[in-house]
Amino acid sequence: MNTTSLVSQISARLPDTDRDSLLRYSRQLLRGLGAPLLGLALFLLLWQFAAQKVDTSLGKFPGPLAVAEQAVNLYDEHAAEREKAAAFYQRQEDRIAERLAQQPEWQPTRRSYTGAPTFLDQIGTSLITVLAGFVLASLVAIPLGIVMGLSRFVSNAVNPLVQLFRPVSPLAWLPLVTLVVSAVYTSEDPMFARSFVVSMITVTLCCLWPTLINTAVGVTTVSQDLNNVSQVLRLGWFTHVRKIVLPSAIPMMFTGLRVSLGIAWMVLIAAEMLAQNPGLGKFVWDEFQNGSSQSLSRIMVAVLAIGLIGFALDRLMLMAQRRVDWQKGD
Amino acid sequence: MKHLLEISAVDMRFTTPKGTFEALKDVNLKISEGEFVSLIGHSGCGKSTVLNLVGGLLQASSGGIILDGKEVSEPGPERAIVFQNHSLLPWLTVWQNVELAVKTVFKGKKSRAEMREWIAHNLALVNMSHALDKRPDEISGGMKQRVGIARALAMQPRVLLMDEPFGALDALTRAHLQDTLMEIQRDLNNTVIMITHDVDEAVLLSDRIVMMTNGPSATVGEILPIDLPRPRDRLELADDAHYNHLRHEVLRFLYEKQRKVENIPAAEKKAAAKKKPDAEVSEAPTRRAVGSDL
Ligand SMILES: Nc1ncnc2c1ncn2[C@@H]1O[C@H](COP(=O)(O)OP(=O)(O)O)[C@@H](O)[C@H]1O
Ligand SMILES: [Mg+2]
Repeated sequence: MNTTSLVSQISARLPDTDRDSLLRYSRQLLRGLGAPLLGLALFLLLWQFAAQKVDTSLGKFPGPLAVAEQAVNLYDEHAAEREKAAAFYQRQEDRIAERLAQQPEWQPTRRSYTGAPTFLDQIGTSLITVLAGFVLASLVAIPLGIVMGLSRFVSNAVNPLVQLFRPVSPLAWLPLVTLVVSAVYTSEDPMFARSFVVSMITVTLCCLWPTLINTAVGVTTVSQDLNNVSQVLRLGWFTHVRKIVLPSAIPMMFTGLRVSLGIAWMVLIAAEMLAQNPGLGKFVWDEFQNGSSQSLSRIMVAVLAIGLIGFALDRLMLMAQRRVDWQKGD
Repeated sequence: MKHLLEISAVDMRFTTPKGTFEALKDVNLKISEGEFVSLIGHSGCGKSTVLNLVGGLLQASSGGIILDGKEVSEPGPERAIVFQNHSLLPWLTVWQNVELAVKTVFKGKKSRAEMREWIAHNLALVNMSHALDKRPDEISGGMKQRVGIARALAMQPRVLLMDEPFGALDALTRAHLQDTLMEIQRDLNNTVIMITHDVDEAVLLSDRIVMMTNGPSATVGEILPIDLPRPRDRLELADDAHYNHLRHEVLRFLYEKQRKVENIPAAEKKAAAKKKPDAEVSEAPTRRAVGSDL
C-alpha cells in the first residue's frame, strides 16, 4: 500500500525506537480508519452500480458524483442568493441616503429581502426548530421526571398517560397541533412564525418521553445509602433534590436526552414535510414536487445532510454527557 | 452515673411479604459519655438494626431510645453514622463531601472561614489532607472510609455510630485505621457505638463489648467490659494474657453459646456432615483467631 511504503521510507531514517513507535502508530491509524474507509468505499461502489439500474420517472437514479455536483450547486445557489440580498440592501441604503440628503426630516422605512430560502437557510431553520422543541421538551420532562421518580403517587398517576401517548406518531399529532396553534396563537405581530410553533410543539410532544422515563428511573435508582446520608444531615427537600437526587440521576437522564434529541430530529423532518413548514423537510418535499432532472440528486444531498446533522447532534450530546457524567471519571 | 444514651426495652418487628418478622426483642443498653462500645454477633442477628434505630433511620416497634434526655425519633447529625460502604457522594471531591456536611450542620453558626478551617481540621485528623480534590473513585477503599469518618466527625456528633466501618478493608489498612480511630477517640473523647465482625478489633478498641444473641428475636446476650489500660498497643497486647483471655471470652460466646446453625445452605451442610461433624465448631475459633474476621 502507498501509505505504508511512504511510512517505511520515512521511518528508515529514524532511530530504532522512533521507527518502531511510528510503525506501530501508523498501523493503529490504518486499523482505526481502514475499516470505516473500506465500508464507505464499498457503499459508494454499490450505490454507483445500483443507481444505474434504477430508472425513475425523473431519469436515472443519481450516483455519488451527480449528488456531489448538486451539493456544490446548492452551495453556489446559496452564495448567489446571499449576494443578491446584499446588493438589495446596498441599493436600499443608497436610496435612503440620497433621499435623506434632500429631505432630512423624512422617516425612512426599510424592507427586508424576500428571496426564496436556500438549502442552507432551510438547514438553519430546521436546526433552530429542533433545538427549540428539544429544549422545551427537556424543560417539561426533567422536572416532571424528577417528581415522578420521587413520588410513587405522581408516578402512578402519570404513567398511564405516558404509556398512552408515547407511541403516537408525529403525523398523528400534526393536524391537531396545527389546528390548536392556529386557534390559540393569534397575535397580530407574532414573535415566532406560526409554522415554527407548530413544528416545535410537534417535536416536543414526540421527543418528551425518553427523557421523562429515563429521568424518573434515574431518580428511583438513588442509592439508599445516599438517602440515609441525606436524612442524617436533615437536608431539606430542595437541597436533597439538588445535591443527591439530580446528580444521581444525571447518567440516566443524559441517556434519555440523547435518545430524545435523535427522535426530535427524525420527527422534525417528517413534520416539516407533511405540514409544508420551512426547513429541510420542506426542501425535500419541494424538490419532489418540482420534479426536474436534478431533483433526485438534490433530495439525496438533503438525505445525506439530514444524516450528518443527526450524527453531529448525537456527538454533541455525547460530549455534553461526558462533561457532566461523574461515572466515567472526568 | 448519668447515661448519655439509653436503649430501653426495644422491640423491632419488620413487616415482610411472609408476615411479621421479629428481629429484636427487648434490647436494653445504657451508654455513658465518652464510652466506646462494640456490638458483635453473627451476621443477620440485628446489629445494623440496633444501630439504625439509634441513628433514627428506623423506628422501634416498641420501647424507646433516649439521647441526652430526649427521645430519638428521626435521623440527625448529632448521631452521625459511618456506613460500611463509605456512602460518599461519588460526584463530589473529598473536600466537598465533608463540606456538604459542615455547611448543613453549621449553617449560621460558623463563618465561611471557620467552616473551611473545620473541614481542613477534620480531614487532617484522618490523614487525608493530601487528596482533598480527589473524587471517591480515585482513592482507595481505606481512604474512602477515612473520609467517611472525617465527614461524621465534622458533624460534631454526640454519638458516633459506625456500622462495620472497616469490614471491607484488607488487614493492614484496617489495622492502620483502627489506630487512627483510637487516637482520635482518645483526643476527642467521642462516644462511639461500633458494629464489628472482628474480635481483635472489638477487644482492642472498646471499653465494653456488647454480644448479641442470634435472631430472630435477638437481644443483648452478654456484655464484656474491656478493662485493658489505654493507650493500647496492638503489638504488646498480642502477648498479653489478659487480652487473650478477653478475646477468648468473645470467641466462646460466639462459637459455643451462640453457635450459628441455621442458614447453612443444604449443600454445605452435606459436605460438612461427611467430615467429622464437630470439627467445624472446635476448629473455627483457632482458625479465626488469626484473621479474626467472622
Ligand atoms: N427492612 C427490613 N425488612 C425486613 N427484614 C429486615 C429488614 N432489615 C433487616 N431485616 C432482618 O432483620 C435481621 C437483622 O438484620 P441486620 O440488622 O441487618 O443484621 P446484622 O447487621 O446483624 O447482620 C435479618 O434477619 C434481616 O433479614
Ligand atoms: Mg449489618
